[in-house]
Amino acid sequence: MSDLFPLTVRGATTRRRGKVLVGPVDLTLSGNGACVVIGPNGSGKTTLLRLLHGAARLSSGTIDWACPMAKARRAQAFVFQRPVMLRRSVLDNIAYPLIIRGTSRAQARAQARDWAERVGLGDMLDRAAPVLSGGEQQKLALARALIGQPKLLFLDEPCTALDGSAMREIEQILTDAKAAGTRLILSTHDMGQARRLADQVVFLLRGQVHESGPAAEFFETPRTEQARAFLKGDIVE
Amino acid sequence: MTDLWDGLAQALWLVATFDPELVEIAARSLRVTLSALVVASAIAMPLAALLAVRRFRWRRVIIAILNALMGLPPVVVGLVVYVMLSRAGPFGVLGLLFTPTAMIIAQVIIIVPLIASIAHQSLRDLWQDYHDLLISMNVTQWQKIRTLLWDTRRALLTAALAGFGRAIGEVGAIMIVGGNIDHATRVLTTAIALETGKGDFALALALGFVLIGLAVAVNLAIHWLSRTEREGRW
Repeated sequence: MSDLFPLTVRGATTRRRGKVLVGPVDLTLSGNGACVVIGPNGSGKTTLLRLLHGAARLSSGTIDWACPMAKARRAQAFVFQRPVMLRRSVLDNIAYPLIIRGTSRAQARAQARDWAERVGLGDMLDRAAPVLSGGEQQKLALARALIGQPKLLFLDEPCTALDGSAMREIEQILTDAKAAGTRLILSTHDMGQARRLADQVVFLLRGQVHESGPAAEFFETPRTEQARAFLKGDIVE
Repeated sequence: MTDLWDGLAQALWLVATFDPELVEIAARSLRVTLSALVVASAIAMPLAALLAVRRFRWRRVIIAILNALMGLPPVVVGLVVYVMLSRAGPFGVLGLLFTPTAMIIAQVIIIVPLIASIAHQSLRDLWQDYHDLLISMNVTQWQKIRTLLWDTRRALLTAALAGFGRAIGEVGAIMIVGGNIDHATRVLTTAIALETGKGDFALALALGFVLIGLAVAVNLAIHWLSRTEREGRW
């Protein structure tokens, strides 16, 4: 088990201009595998992920990792819904996290080449990253996140707007990462993807954790009316 | 109109014969302007990056001042630098007045706000794109600045070229602090002013055409060397 966990969230709340965006959230995450955060639009999935990662400001409450926060941050990576591409080549994008950590340029590029091959970008190393297709950019973002061997990877709706084959490739990369010991916390709208990847589910509604637990249990016997309705595809607000 | 043709013909003749005086003046113009450009870029670009990534109390005020100083009157800059470097001034002991160094100082003061303002615009836009990624990667402030400067290098080149354009065409400040001394501080712009004052319009125009040619050549050379139009690759 990763030394980051258990993650304990107590009364975590974030507000903007007096309005509560998320919270209060109480949650304990432990173990391995993938935790999938689901919920309707505006339920606070992205904000919760950013809060856990430390990229959004906590207005009140606490988020405690099993290790000091600074160490926890260094062991994490984040893949955004709209991948951010550095204005560099594919190879230099993937090598970037290693270079900023002090790895020599040659070594970083060698590892980046290896990761590019693994995610299927091996034949476009010198291409400018911003001109790649959506699926290619997401694969690049994943390779860039995974090259630093994070113990925890956050993914904010990583397959939005991707077609079936691109989604399959991304999910395969995530499954491999999970098998290699990287803990995943991802948000998704796609219930099929949630079922395929999740070991644990957090169901958010109006900025609060409405229900959470093992994935099999949640999908088979959701405890609340709203969760049942959401899984059926009904509109839940 | 005759003066124009005479000027063009004389310019071609001066260039074709490598007129020693023209070569000397043009070389000095380039040396002073490029030196000022290097110094100004070294100040303006990190400053612009810092203003893009750091939030501090007087940030907006500094940005507003930089923008306002883009239109800094060169004559006033020349006058202030003159006072500072004159024998009675605080830096008079350095003996820099009426030297190319004084001209470089004046040009640096004139172009730093221009380069910093243009660079800041590009760096700020890129920082908005990169913000979440770089924050999530825990990069240090210095790494953020280096990353932004490297990834906006083409826009920064444009900022530098704008600074070069302003500096090489500048006459008011360098006339005051340089004194337009033959074989010492005379550059193309001050020579043009001198020849116009003497009524030798053809020579003044010839020097003007050389100045334009030089500015265009430097711009093209920098674009070519940095391959700014290379598509799809970085």
